[in-house]
Amino acid sequence: MALDTEKREFKILGTRPLRPDGVDKVTGRALYGADMSAPGMLTGKILRSPHAHARIISIDTSAAEALQGVKAVVTANDFAKASNSFMQDGLDNCMARGKVLYHGHAVAGVAAVSEAIAKQALKLIAVEYEVLPHVTEILDAIKPDAPVLHPDRNFKRLPEGTAANISHTTDFGHGDVEAGFAAADLIVERTFKTEATHQGYIEPHACLASMGPDGKADLWCCTQGHYNVRGMCADYLGMNISQLRVTASEIGGGFGGKTTVFIEPVALALSRKAGKPVKIVMTRDEVFKASGPTLSSLTDVKIGMTKDGKITAGYAMLRYQCGAFPSGTIDLGAMSAFAAYDLDAVHTEGFNVMTNRPREAAYRAPGAPTAVYPVEAVVDELCLELGLDPIDVRLLNAADEGTKASYGPTFEAIGLKATLEAAKAHPHYSAPLGPNQGRGVSAGFWFNFGGNTSVSLSLNDDGTVAVTEGNPDIGGSRASISMMAAEELGIPYENIRTIVADTNSLGFNDVTDGSRVTFAVGLATIEAARAAIKIMCTRVAKIWDIDPEAVTWEDGYAKPAGENAGKYDPMSLAEIAAIANKTGGPIAGHHEVNADGAGVSFGVHLADIEVDPETGFTKVLRYTVFQDAGKAVHPSYVEGQMQGGAVQGIGWALNEEYIYGEDGRLQNAGFLDYRIPVASDLPPIDTVILEIPNPGHPYGVRGVGETPIVPPLAAVSNGVSRAIGKRMSALPMSPPKILKVIKG
Amino acid sequence: MNKIHVTTNINGDPVEYLCEPQETLLDVLRNNLQLTGAKEGCGSGDCGACSVTLNGRLVCSCLVLAAEAEGQEVTTVEGMADGDKLHILQKKILEHAALQCGICIPGILVASKALLEKHPDPSEEQARYWLAGNLCRCTGYDKIINAVMDAAAEMRGA
Ligand code: FES
Ligand code: FES
Repeated sequence: MALDTEKREFKILGTRPLRPDGVDKVTGRALYGADMSAPGMLTGKILRSPHAHARIISIDTSAAEALQGVKAVVTANDFAKASNSFMQDGLDNCMARGKVLYHGHAVAGVAAVSEAIAKQALKLIAVEYEVLPHVTEILDAIKPDAPVLHPDRNFKRLPEGTAANISHTTDFGHGDVEAGFAAADLIVERTFKTEATHQGYIEPHACLASMGPDGKADLWCCTQGHYNVRGMCADYLGMNISQLRVTASEIGGGFGGKTTVFIEPVALALSRKAGKPVKIVMTRDEVFKASGPTLSSLTDVKIGMTKDGKITAGYAMLRYQCGAFPSGTIDLGAMSAFAAYDLDAVHTEGFNVMTNRPREAAYRAPGAPTAVYPVEAVVDELCLELGLDPIDVRLLNAADEGTKASYGPTFEAIGLKATLEAAKAHPHYSAPLGPNQGRGVSAGFWFNFGGNTSVSLSLNDDGTVAVTEGNPDIGGSRASISMMAAEELGIPYENIRTIVADTNSLGFNDVTDGSRVTFAVGLATIEAARAAIKIMCTRVAKIWDIDPEAVTWEDGYAKPAGENAGKYDPMSLAEIAAIANKTGGPIAGHHEVNADGAGVSFGVHLADIEVDPETGFTKVLRYTVFQDAGKAVHPSYVEGQMQGGAVQGIGWALNEEYIYGEDGRLQNAGFLDYRIPVASDLPPIDTVILEIPNPGHPYGVRGVGETPIVPPLAAVSNGVSRAIGKRMSALPMSPPKILKVIKG
Repeated sequence: MNKIHVTTNINGDPVEYLCEPQETLLDVLRNNLQLTGAKEGCGSGDCGACSVTLNGRLVCSCLVLAAEAEGQEVTTVEGMADGDKLHILQKKILEHAALQCGICIPGILVASKALLEKHPDPSEEQARYWLAGNLCRCTGYDKIINAVMDAAAEMRGA
């Protein structure tokens, strides 16, 4: 759906109304995953593997089943065979089948009348393991003789001679890279390392499942996509999709980590066996051990530049560690790495390698931050060596409308240059720096998704409007959807109530991911409103006894147009709604679409960092985010995305990492040892929104949520490197790591 | 199991409950009393989502035994608004769009209220350090801090 050709003055878009779910969320009334209960509800608990890699010889659940108060015990045997190998991986991740593949992998589930009894029952389950050699690091997992996670599945041995742990390989690019390097005045080549991080949502996974003896089931859970939960759970339980209704609770953060299932199929299987509702809530320890995390990476980057700053060629070899099951995030990394640059010669390749760690889950712009970081760090190093301004160099090489992206497509209108220029002109960029301080610059990119979307919109007889959408609202989307509906219909924002429907009440919707909701659900909402307007105009034409084409919709009123202009008094939406029963019945509009045209997104971040040369301790002194949001529907929530993403990226750059012991066990499964940024770590995060309309949306909206986590890794790393006068090439940049580089 | 009988006061109302010796105040608030405003983000005192006050003192209710509430006064986020009148902090959090998912917000509100009762005119740095025990993964804290500072100013003016 294209940008409206008629330029319009927005009345509601760009304002900052209160969000409709706000009062519930400041009073404690909002119901999140763990806040729901049901009569007769049981508590479900999951037994998890103490080993990183082991064969399950046997599981004896008889003692647990015999314990008074235990109502059901399930293992992998209680699930159906999944419909394909990707789905089977999802199921095997929820409940180990034959082998445990990581520390914390689920082995069995119990449901009991109390949490205490459920915990006691877990202890009574006897699992006999044959412990196998394990592997958790990239370089170890590709050694020819490395332990292989799925020996029966013929995974690749590419690059040549690696162990069969490679789930996916990738290759993108164009032009003659060798000739490009030959034309360079300076080439920098470096290897960069990042550690796995967790999405770190504050709300642990939680669900409440209830299945009757007739096989009909209801599931309440915190998820980014309840239709996806329905599809996966139905498959895993051998159910017909129509038998399972899933309702998404309010969601306490997801960032990609709640786009799949973990405990939901287990709760359903327990409920089926027990004949009672079962609630499972993960502990924080389980969240760290068995959900999330993102990939870890090892990337070689080589870039050539002329002495006046033109990039002559770029190459990257990316290696992404993806946990115990196959993943294709390497594609997204290889596609993002050089997306900000207009290059004649570029080549990216790489692979995903499996290890004995939890299965990689999506994390905000999955695959992109770890690919853009090494490229942006090398560009920074080239700028320093050649005495060039890092923003000027990026402007000189920036992708623009018409650029053939390193991954194939040609960009439409994009905001990278405008964003770079805004950063250059901002007072932050010219502010003086003190001793031991450095300013880092990084650009960042994300694709943005569209996808399957259904929206329905109905007029109430008092002239208010109900909008029904099917994407969990993770950060204010009900506000932006209501705003777009109000804008299109020409009625006040307050007259609209948008709700997120359960899976039975609306057509299919893809997961809330890919920064797709404000774009795709917005687009479908506008189309649904237009459908309702069309009906309203037809009804009014009937009343006036004129041609429906001769009625136009303007500012919430149907008006006679053309030769009839002025002949009849305009009728408001409320007037039309009030007599709908007399003009043909209820009035509603709906729209179903697989939306494309999401419009890629670029951002630029500036980070001022101070490093204590004695301790290696870093302080973020000042931070500014510049991003093209397309039309910003609700600027406060756009800013919020920019700030939140930046801070997650700062955490990735400075503190956060999964730490494994020699035994393959996770050492820091808690917020004390896995430290996410807290308020006192941070300065204010300033934001500058650029609005370059997305040609693929009627109002020019683009997704904004993911891009902001891409630049901070390099922005902070470049800031630290400039502050200490040496190049950092591994994250997180903890004080000991920085000290080591300082001391050389 | 020997349950303990507790007589306490929650948000100004007299409350009695039976609890197990190992149960936390958070468990009882959420599971026995259906006061689900306080959230469990970690259960180990590291996230602040379960913040309540006990005789005016800010605590993590996941670290307080339910039995310890005997004879005390507990306040939770549910006790912040006065009927349908929101507390200034609640209003400011909304006006500043300082919440995204909102799961941290009950804890942030209870903690901020405790801050402003003790320090009606906090510096921004003071607010940041006071709230350092309340994790928010969505917002980067910027708008939360602005909302708290704005509420403090308005409460001083009022
Ligand atoms: S739940 Fe109490 S501090 Fe996290
Ligand atoms: S708003 Fe989501 S954790 Fe704070």
